[in-house]
Amino acid sequence: MKPPPFHYHDPRTVADAVSLLARLDNAKLLAGGQSLMPMLNMRFVLPDHVIDLNRVDGLSYIREREGALEIGAMTRQRELEFSDVVRTRCPLMHEAILQVGHRQTRNRGTIGGSLCHLDPAAELVSGAAALDATVTVAGPNGTREIAFADFPVAYMTPAIEPQEILTAVRLPIWPQGHGYAFIEFSRRHGDFAIVSAAALLEPDAGGKIARASVTLGGMGQGPVRGREVEQGLLGQAPGDDLFRELCESCRAIEAVDDIHASAGYRQHLAAVLARRALTKAASRLGAAGRPH
Amino acid sequence: MADKRTISVTVNGTHYDNKEVEVRLTLADFIRHHLGLTGTHLGCEHGVCGACTILLDGLSARSCLMLAVQADGHEILTVEGIAPSVDKLHPLQEAFRDNHGLQCGFCTPGMLTTLIEFLRDNPDPTEEEVRIAISGNLCRCTGYQGIVDAVLDAAKRLQAAPARV
Repeated sequence: MKPPPFHYHDPRTVADAVSLLARLDNAKLLAGGQSLMPMLNMRFVLPDHVIDLNRVDGLSYIREREGALEIGAMTRQRELEFSDVVRTRCPLMHEAILQVGHRQTRNRGTIGGSLCHLDPAAELVSGAAALDATVTVAGPNGTREIAFADFPVAYMTPAIEPQEILTAVRLPIWPQGHGYAFIEFSRRHGDFAIVSAAALLEPDAGGKIARASVTLGGMGQGPVRGREVEQGLLGQAPGDDLFRELCESCRAIEAVDDIHASAGYRQHLAAVLARRALTKAASRLGAAGRPH
Repeated sequence: MADKRTISVTVNGTHYDNKEVEVRLTLADFIRHHLGLTGTHLGCEHGVCGACTILLDGLSARSCLMLAVQADGHEILTVEGIAPSVDKLHPLQEAFRDNHGLQCGFCTPGMLTTLIEFLRDNPDPTEEEVRIAISGNLCRCTGYQGIVDAVLDAAKRLQAAPARV
């Protein structure tokens, strides 16, 4: 299997990459290559031009600013995995990244590539949805921000115009002492999730739940927030019975039938995994580092 | 429209300057066909089997999922570069031999390159960590048990006598 013929471009700046995109027809952006390269090898995509972002300056960084982690689109998944600031300030994303592929793929794969590829079962996609991330895209008319809730517009289709490039992701930081968990069911470690569940819990001064985020991945066209569960948790004391009762609503989330699992099985997994994620998140409430 | 470029790479310590490649050539095919280093195996050619794993600047990567042009200016280690000399094996290779870590040998180059990085990062792993480390490398002969035994054995050998690679 060999990639089809294409013209290759390796710009050094975002501006050059954007102008290439504006000028060239049928061009594909190459980030870490862990999805596009297989698709090229199997000739599922036949681009006339490949624009390689790997030599573009200034797209790889992780920094904390104004209550959020700002991450450059070409930051490798490996760098997220081994970043102290990700592990301590955004532990949900750290737990998610450990379940993304394998060492060999995380060494190359990027956060921006995964978000733009937008596989509905991808861990980083679910993590970004759970955290209410914001992405920055650059195009011919400058940059704009897109809330992650508006980012998936259809199956594996992000809300990016053909002449735009995703340049950064902003992950809001939850306060110290919050509970978090990212768990998934897959056939083998490193596979895409059949269903994944991400949970975030923030307690108030009395130990009741002040804020909650529950996200199911792998169900359908994109990640789905369990809004009914989130609403039901507010003002309640965390507990297994509460979680069990509320998560039954996940059985009503629309799910796809495919070769990996039936829709009914996915809905069953959604209820079970959401409950387990909440239980694990609750067990981590008030962990070390929480200010008193 | 065979777009071509010239690249310079270092593979197993040897410099290759101004090699002309088609831009669509994968790094795996460059290593095998242009450099003649056929120790890097190609199984699935879409990033699932792990047989083509090489180290790029010390980090494992699937060479079927990179273009040769992307390796320009970088340093590569393939399975041929692991042993310290032609008549001596690396301790990891010795442990594979002694623990039935291979049968047909097809997956072995990818296993070894993956594990060189893993044992460098995690010199004293648990069995579970070893199994996760090789979860991206498919073996159809051994049932993995011999490989897991070999890695745990290699970790002990490398702690007693650290290797160069």
